[in-house]
Amino acid sequence: MAMDTPPRWDRKMQQRLARGEAAALGELYDRFAALVHSLAHRVLDDDAAADQVTREVFGYIWENPDAYDPKQGNMRSWVARLTQRQAVHRLRQAEATAYAETGQGSAEELEQKVRRASVAARADYIVTSMPAPLRAALELAYFQRRDYRQTAADLGVTDDEARRRLRLGLQLLSTANTRPLGGSSPPGYGPAL
Amino acid sequence: MSTPHGDPDDLARAPWIPGPRQAADDHADLEAAPGADTVLPGFEASGEPGPAPEPAETEPAETEVPVLTHGVLKSLLGAWALSACSSGETKAVEDHLTSCAPCADEALRLRDAVALLHEDRDLDLDPLLRSRVLENCLGRRPARIPVPEWVTPYDAETARLDALLRDIGESEWHAPVRLKWYEEDRVVRRKATVAGVIGHLLAVDGLVSAALGLTDPLGTGVPELSPAERTEAFWAGLDRPPNRALRDPWREQSHTLIRTVSFAGRGVADLTVTYKDFALPLRDSLLERAFECWVHADDIANAVAYPYAPPSGAHLHGMIDLAARLLPAALATRRRAGLASPARHLVAAGTPGRSLHLEVEGAGGGHWYIPLDSPAAVGSAEQSVAQVAMDGVEFCQLVAGHISPEEAAAGQDGDREAIRDVLSAAASLSRL
Repeated sequence: MAMDTPPRWDRKMQQRLARGEAAALGELYDRFAALVHSLAHRVLDDDAAADQVTREVFGYIWENPDAYDPKQGNMRSWVARLTQRQAVHRLRQAEATAYAETGQGSAEELEQKVRRASVAARADYIVTSMPAPLRAALELAYFQRRDYRQTAADLGVTDDEARRRLRLGLQLLSTANTRPLGGSSPPGYGPAL
Repeated sequence: MSTPHGDPDDLARAPWIPGPRQAADDHADLEAAPGADTVLPGFEASGEPGPAPEPAETEPAETEVPVLTHGVLKSLLGAWALSACSSGETKAVEDHLTSCAPCADEALRLRDAVALLHEDRDLDLDPLLRSRVLENCLGRRPARIPVPEWVTPYDAETARLDALLRDIGESEWHAPVRLKWYEEDRVVRRKATVAGVIGHLLAVDGLVSAALGLTDPLGTGVPELSPAERTEAFWAGLDRPPNRALRDPWREQSHTLIRTVSFAGRGVADLTVTYKDFALPLRDSLLERAFECWVHADDIANAVAYPYAPPSGAHLHGMIDLAARLLPAALATRRRAGLASPARHLVAAGTPGRSLHLEVEGAGGGHWYIPLDSPAAVGSAEQSVAQVAMDGVEFCQLVAGHISPEEAAAGQDGDREAIRDVLSAAASLSRL
């Protein structure tokens, strides 16, 4: 599972990209492509559109490695924010086109759709970024349908600890409904990449 | 995510917290559906993953409700939202929610959060997307330090294998893999595991690392070893059975190789990489490593029932071309060992000689003329005495030792001895 990259990796990667090293671009892709594609897919619900956003996001990073500011957080959360911004941009575009063609839908419905998609993408990001012990507990309880005592036994922790992890994991996840991605997103949606 | 019940004022006096959701997959409903009977009208899990709550299947009413402290009840909220407590605890939590507004508020938030859980869908990432994305990037801003063209098959194949490894679970690293190749015209088999195969790739890629003066995964001061010997030495040196921990060193080494070669400048393509019994220039060596990476990725994919496509046409072409270039020498070696028929003619070095026309169909295909009488001769269309037509992937499987020379012969025409000799020589290129 992709975890946050160490700060040193982030800084070195940024330098290598700035230097125009194609091998670094390949490594960047290997590290983040699955994240970018799945977030884009979560917003757009379409493979071809997610491919397109993946192309755009990596194209933007390759052309603008200096846009990453390590003080604002790690590279992974930056990549996730870029992806979400671009995917939402594409979603708006697609919906506007559909509206122009069919005349169906309303601005309100569009906003609702955008909001739902953004929350879903944030939630996915939170799940992939949360500490591994919390994610493991959630996976057992939700996907494997283990109760918390079985979860505790599977993880080799006390029942108390299993309850704590499940509650904490869901608390983190619930911030998808309230907080922007990565905690430091600029307000509103920036310009398209 | 707004629900009709999102208003905190409502919650403060609300004894009507909807029951928790069911888990995503609905096979084997083990522990009943606690709380399903407390779902109130008006609550729907609309548009979210997971089945709608089934009609209550719980034992009727007499569940014993434990007496729990506020602290414990609070700690149970996550488990409750996930339907992961006992039915007694579920009831205790729900009783509590009717009288405790802060807990009721949190319960609702956590229950909504459960609706956001979602199956990982990383599996769907198209392996061909990588080259399209990178190409698009390099079109927008050319690289100042490009990855040399001849390294791209190795880059692409290691990336594809890494994507597969990323998707498999802990236990699958120990799935049995049957390795198979040819030695002295006999099939040799070796049992390994997925992790063992990654160790093999790591150990043999180490030959290239050593040639470039990089860290050798076998350590310093290793004598010159063949690929098989290196592999055995690496396996023997592990203090535990190989496991998923080998992925990182394998991947790091391949990334380092690509990076080092990118910086090294033109001459490096001709650097000699020694495999003990033979040697290849670096450009061919990395092509050979790309081929091995694909072949073993395919072995692994079969072992864990994962779909795995052949390399792109251009890369496949390079691999076939390498094998075709190695065939005349392999043929000569076999002839010396009495395994192939004697040369018919003396051919002066660098002149055309009796040849076999290898026609490879499909993506990456083409025409090759394999000189039969001497590795120094030049293949010739005019002097071809036999023709073999094969599919590209099938030819590679022959070279990998996965199919026998007898199985490989699809369309044949002409000198049967020449055909047998060349197909057997192709199979003899395989090894661990």
